[in-house]
Amino acid sequence: MAFSVIVFAGAAQFAAVGYVATGLAWPAIILLTALLNARHLLYSAALAPWLSGVPVGRRAMMAHVLTDESFALTMSHFRRLRRPDERGYWIAAIGAVFIPWNLATLAGVALGAQIPEPARFGIDVIFPAAMIGLAVGLITGRRELVAAIVGAGVGVVAALMASPAVGIVTGGVVGPLVGLLVPARDARETAPLGTVASAERFSVPGAHFDDDDPR
Amino acid sequence: MTNDLVVLAVLMFAVTYPTRALGLLAPGLDRMPKIVVDYLQLVGPAVLAALAAVSVMVIVGDDDVPSFHVGIEWVAVFVSLAIVARRGNLLLGLIAAVAIVAITRAAGLAALPV
Repeated sequence: MAFSVIVFAGAAQFAAVGYVATGLAWPAIILLTALLNARHLLYSAALAPWLSGVPVGRRAMMAHVLTDESFALTMSHFRRLRRPDERGYWIAAIGAVFIPWNLATLAGVALGAQIPEPARFGIDVIFPAAMIGLAVGLITGRRELVAAIVGAGVGVVAALMASPAVGIVTGGVVGPLVGLLVPARDARETAPLGTVASAERFSVPGAHFDDDDPR
Repeated sequence: MTNDLVVLAVLMFAVTYPTRALGLLAPGLDRMPKIVVDYLQLVGPAVLAALAAVSVMVIVGDDDVPSFHVGIEWVAVFVSLAIVARRGNLLLGLIAAVAIVAITRAAGLAALPV
């Protein structure tokens, strides 16, 4: 339960629970957590222009509940409104993600111990299946696909040569390096540059947008 | 949960919170070098895929020596992967994976994990 409240990061929690159970050393678990959650840097940097008017103390609290899901919900909400909405952020991050996540964790804590011999029911396969499912959600192009495949392959080889922890960290570091070698596709510009639609899409919110402007 | 695991949770928080807060609190982080942004975007898929592959393909025996493992878990994870990629539904993928493993183990067609 403490993991869900204090860490509040699904993939890292899954990983930590799985590896605590197998006796993996804490430094490896913490390093994996840092690697897994490094992507949050991108989310917070992308949200920064929208939330620059929010007092620093509240932004510091907002950071704790920034997840894949709350980022996706918030950005689509802000874009729909064409302006930032602090209350909308809290509703998305706490109402739609934090509270349900912790209620579900509580249910798992209460009911999980009632299951005798979980392996008989295939519970052990949830971890790898969840990890690969979450990876699929992050694969948006060839670079991500190559990084994932190389990460998996290098991870397995390194794990066989050293240990599972070394394998996972090695795969997580080497996979992206190989992925960077794949040429990135240029972003598709659906709104012609120089138009209001283009400015709205690529600029800080409200900077170039005028409600009276005909489209 | 033991106190030890609460300490682990706090340590995990200590490496997670800065990644969430830096962009919101430090001005200019949205202007990171492109190569850094690109690398960060690739870390998530690579780590998650490595976690899944190592979990399914590598087992550590009583002698602490890792060895290659082939089992029904491969099929279950592949089916789950296909469902998530095609339908975008993680819960459905997890249910399918668990069902495959549970049924084959109950039928005696697959062994319980070591």
